[in-house]
This record gives sequence, C-alpha cells and structure tokens, in this order.
Amino acid sequence: MTSSAPTPDGAPTTRRALTGWGRTAPSACDVISARTGEDVDRALSSAAADGRSVVARGLARSYGDAAQVAGGVVVDVTGLDAVLEADLDRGVVRVGAGTSLDALMRAFVPRGWFVPVTPGTRHVTVGGAIAADIHGKNHHRDGSFCSYVSRLSLATPSGRIEVSPHDDPELFWATAGGMGLTGIVVDATLQLLPVQSATMRVDTERADNLDDCLARMTARDGDYRYSVAWIDCLARGSKLGRAVLTRAEHASLEELPPARRPDALAFDPLVRARVPVTPPSGLLNAMTVAAFNEVWFRKAPRSRIGQLQSMSGYFHPLDGVGDWNRMYGPRGFVQYQFVVPFGAEDALRDVVTRLGDQRMPSFVTVLKRFGPGDPGPLSFPIEGWTLAFDLPVGPPSLGALLDALDVIVAGAGGRVYLAKDSRLRPELLEAMYPRLAEWRATRARVDPAGTLVSDLARRLSLVSSPPRRRAARRRRPTAATATGAASGGATG
Amino acid sequence: MNDSLGMPQSAVVVGGTSDIARAVLRSLVARRLRRVVLVGRDEIGLAAAAKELSALGPLEVDTMTLDVTDTARIPVVVAEAAARLGRVDLVLVAAGMLGDQAHDEGDFDGVARVLSTNTTGPAAVMTAWAAVLRAQGQGRMVVLSSVAGVRVRRANYVYGASKAGLDAFAQGMAEALRGSGVSLMIVRPGWVATRMTEGRERAPFATTPDAVAADVVAGMERSSTVVWSPAPLRLVFAVMRLLPGALWRRLPG
Repeated sequence: MTSSAPTPDGAPTTRRALTGWGRTAPSACDVISARTGEDVDRALSSAAADGRSVVARGLARSYGDAAQVAGGVVVDVTGLDAVLEADLDRGVVRVGAGTSLDALMRAFVPRGWFVPVTPGTRHVTVGGAIAADIHGKNHHRDGSFCSYVSRLSLATPSGRIEVSPHDDPELFWATAGGMGLTGIVVDATLQLLPVQSATMRVDTERADNLDDCLARMTARDGDYRYSVAWIDCLARGSKLGRAVLTRAEHASLEELPPARRPDALAFDPLVRARVPVTPPSGLLNAMTVAAFNEVWFRKAPRSRIGQLQSMSGYFHPLDGVGDWNRMYGPRGFVQYQFVVPFGAEDALRDVVTRLGDQRMPSFVTVLKRFGPGDPGPLSFPIEGWTLAFDLPVGPPSLGALLDALDVIVAGAGGRVYLAKDSRLRPELLEAMYPRLAEWRATRARVDPAGTLVSDLARRLSLVSSPPRRRAARRRRPTAATATGAASGGATG
Repeated sequence: MNDSLGMPQSAVVVGGTSDIARAVLRSLVARRLRRVVLVGRDEIGLAAAAKELSALGPLEVDTMTLDVTDTARIPVVVAEAAARLGRVDLVLVAAGMLGDQAHDEGDFDGVARVLSTNTTGPAAVMTAWAAVLRAQGQGRMVVLSSVAGVRVRRANYVYGASKAGLDAFAQGMAEALRGSGVSLMIVRPGWVATRMTEGRERAPFATTPDAVAADVVAGMERSSTVVWSPAPLRLVFAVMRLLPGALWRRLPG
C-alpha cells in the first residue's frame, strides 16, 4: 500500500480530492505546489525513487481525469507563472508553464501581440495547452498550439531536457498532445500573433439545418482566420442542426471608430457573474436547453457583417461567468468532442441525429473545421469536422449513447479529444490513435519506469497495453495464502 | 479506474454467488468491467458464477473462498484480492443470509449466525476494504442492504435487525469517506425473487435481480448515495416509517 507521507524534499504536500472541469470521478492525490523548476525536478525524482506516480496539474480545465492520479503525486505548476524573456519586436516570449493564456493576453495584447491559438477559455496554462496541443477557432488556417512552440524545458524522470522540434522532433511531438505523460513542462518559448487592436470584426449568419451549415462552412471558412458554428441539436425535424455561424478577423486600426483608436489594444475582461451555489442536477434538461436554444437562435441575426466585438466576447463568452461548470449540479457533466475526416459527414449527421432523437440536453454544441494535423502522434486535430458538446450526468441512457458514438467516430476514421474525455471505451483508443505504439516508445525513452501516470492514462491503458494476468486464468477456487506478506497492491 | 459515469474496470464481490451481485456484474461487463474477483464461502457456487461471467466477454475472473464470519481471515483475503487486481474500482458487498425467523428467534445461536453473516462480517469486510480504497485514492463500495431494515417487522425481525445494523454502519462509513476519493452507495431492495427467497411468499413491489441490477448501475452512474429498488419503495417506506404501531402491525406480509 502506498504511503501518503509527504515527500522528504521540503515541498509541502496536501492530500486533496481532485476532479477535472466536469466535476466527475474524484481522486485523492498528494498535491505539491511547485514554485520553481527545481521544485518540479525534485518532486519527480523523489516520487520516482519511492515508486509513486506523478502528473502535472495546471488550471484544471481538462474535463475528465487527465490532471489527477489517485493515490499519487500531483504537481501543481500554476506557481510557475513568470514571463522569463520577451522579445516584443518579434513577438517571441519564454514563459513558465503555469502562465495562463489570460495572463499572456493581459500582458501582451496591450503591446500588440495575441496568443497564436486560444480555446474557448483563457483560463488554461501554457503547460496544459502543450499537453493537450489545444486548438482554437483558427485551426483550419493556423493549426494547433504546439506549432507555435519553438522550445520547451521538460522535467522528466530521466532529468531535465531542453526540447525543440529540430533537436528532438520525436520527443517534442510526443509531448504535443501527450497529456503530460512524457514529462512536466517547466517553461516554453512561444511565437505570438501580431494584432492592431483588441477588437474582433465578426460576421454572423444563420443556417437552417446541419447540411446548410456544413455547406456554408465549406464554402466560406477559408475567407476567415476564425470560424465557429453553434449548433442546435434539440431542434426537431428539418430544423435539426440549425446553426449560428460566427466568423471573425482581428480588426485593424482603420476598422475601429476613430474614438476607439487611441486605446485600441486595451484588454481587461471582467467576470460579470458567478454561479454562487451549485443548483440541483437536472436544472439543465431537454426542456430548458431547447428553450435556451430557441432564444439563442432567434436572437442571432440572419446575416450581419462587420460587427465589432471584444476579444473576450468573441473567444471566451463563458469566461464572463465564473465557475459555470457548477450549473450542471453536483453530479457534474461530460463533454464529448470528436473529429471525423472530411468525407465522413454521414457520421456527423448520425451523431447529431442521435443527440436529437434521444432529447439529450446538449448545451453549447459547437462545430468547427480542422485543417491538417501536426506531427504529434496523440495530437487530437486531424483534417475534418469537429463537434463538441456538454451533457449533464444523469440520464440513464447517457452511457450507452456515448458508447455508441465512440463506435461511429472510430468507424469513420475519427477520434475523441483526450483532454475532454472521461469515459471512452478503452478498446477503441488504438483505433482512434493508430500511432499509439510509436508514442509509447518515445515516452518509454524518457520514463522507462512509468512514473508519469494519470487517472486518464490508467483508465485508457494509455501508457501500456491493458493489464494481463500474470498466470493463466484461474477458475478453480483458491484459498488465499496466509503468508502475511501480501501487500495492499494499491500502487500510488 | 472508475470513469465519469461511475463504471468500474475491476471489481471484488464479497458474496460472489448472490443472484443480485451476479446480475450487477453482468450489466457491468457490458460496459467497462474486465477483471473480477469473486469471494464467497461456496466453492462450487463461485466456480459456476465465474464460468457464467467469463462467457460474457473479455473478462478475467478469479475466485477466493471466505466465510465473512471468519473475521480473522478477512484481512488476508482482502490483501490477496487487492494484489491480484492491482487497482480495485468497485467492492460489492453482497454477502448475506435470510435465516429462519421461526427457529432463530428462540435460539440465540441462530440469531448470532444471522447477525454475524449480515452485519458483523460485512462490517469487517467493509472496514478492511475502506483502508485499501482510501490508500488508492479512488474507488466505490456498494453495499446490499434491504428495506427490511428500514422499519423492522415482527415477521422477520432477526434479518431486519441485521440489515438495519449494516445499513446504519454503511451510512456512517459513507460520511467518513467523504473527500477521500472513495464513495459508498447503499442499495435497499424490496422483495427480490432469488434463491434466498425461493419458496417464500412474495411481498408487494416484488422485483427481480436484473431489475435491481439496473437500478444499481443507474445509481452508480449518477453517484447516488442510496438506491431503492424498485424506486417507489422510497416513498412507500417514507410513509411506513411514520405509521402508528397499531396500524403497522396489521399490514399483511
């Protein structure tokens, strides 16, 4: 049985029950708050010496169990939040892995530099962005986050390694989307995107149903840097999959009204509201979500060109509501995000139809187009359609529905996003990520003893094939041998 | 690991020949369950249960003999079962017996046998497993209680009292486990058509092992703390608890 005593290096540890953003499947872990890269190195080496499992945790926006390891050691890297170097002429910065995209935007947007890729929340760390190789509304044009990382300092059980896509492309790309299982990123060097303002120029249009939406996106997405469609999966019949498309560019200085030009780069988004108490599970149900969708669809203009919106209003609307994940109630929620290649539109239709047929209250359903993927074997994006939706835990048919979606997605040559996953059928992992063996081999090079482990890794047997019996299958009843030496067997 | 819908990949069943436990396992194999250790006192029954389960899918099944009244041997069996499984996602405590009320109420040995099989033994098993699950930092215990313990009747007060004791113990342990990553769910079935109740008069709201299993799995998915099966029994017993004794005594069954 694992000892839960603090590691002897002086770093304070606390045993805490952790969950991801979906607030499901808690695990008790010993949390070490790292203040320096050396803290990370020490936490890794002492855990490795004790035979304990370790994983890094940032702002905990992974929906499932990627940043926790039951009974093991979790290294909280949010303290590694310093800007170490900044070249404001070229837009190249070196920052601690715990730096949030929010902090990067607050520091650098006023100087004319935006993050190259942002997800739907600013509250993710650079380390997490690398571990999940996150994407944004610009993937079809710009690719995913790790394409803008030129170097990272990686703490591994074999020691600290400076990794760049040129010196060690294998390890670099195994880390891109590697879910923290190749090492703990300590700092990273990023290329930022030049902008003239903190304002977006947004074009909005409505699509009558899913096919109309796909056609509009296929025809015009290439004209915009950013594109996303909000989909209504509860609309019935011919309206199923009706959508609001919002596509945008960074507004240039001349596109702003003259009065706003002097402080065009001001960036200071506020949290407007919080969810003060956790409401009962079941508040978000097919009826309330369908009503919301109706209002959302109708309030969107049929077509509007050139509306000026703040960056946070366009990219991060939910960041305006603190702790919005509590809206789903104490049982929590599951997010499902998958991608299927272009040409597999039938699979996409099938998924949307099933969500509608089963009256699943899929809130904030989002469709995007991905461009070509990067070289990361576990990096999620591949060229095609990606759909994401949240579903509250509770409906008894949820498990069976999502299991069926796994089969549709895998059958179409697609995959689910591990940063969102909390319940994938483990036997489909290899079909979805066919380069898994290659990734495991690279990982084994830096972590031969298998110290870097997360609950996600255990649940999906990511770091090794599923556990096999040591001996042949025993059916004959056997009495336990009373050696007294049998251990609890719970390895941390 | 248990996933976000509470579905385990490995499980230990104490009382591995229980009809309800076997029905629960059949449902779980269809989802994520791949490794099982069945623990019980009936070697032949365990072997049959293991064979039935293995036929359902890619499942590794092991069996271990234990009489839960032999509390001294419990830690040994728990340690060995935990070692065989590596990680234990689910511990299903299903050991129990109905006893023979007419005989037992006049014979303290009979009373003691029911209490040690249904209350003391399971409490010892739960205590040993709670330590393993706490150290793991994750896991779930599911304990088969009974509505018979909610308000004990004259007609089966020995069994009823044994389940009342187990239920109360489980409630307390569930509170103690909060924040540990380990959860505990209490299942209160009504009258279930099993080998245990074979030949006995059916009670109202009678159900089947498969129906109870469906309620158990749904409860695991929703992280319930208490599952009544069938669900209306929750309301029925909310009323039953408040009935005046004179009325309660006259109820049939």
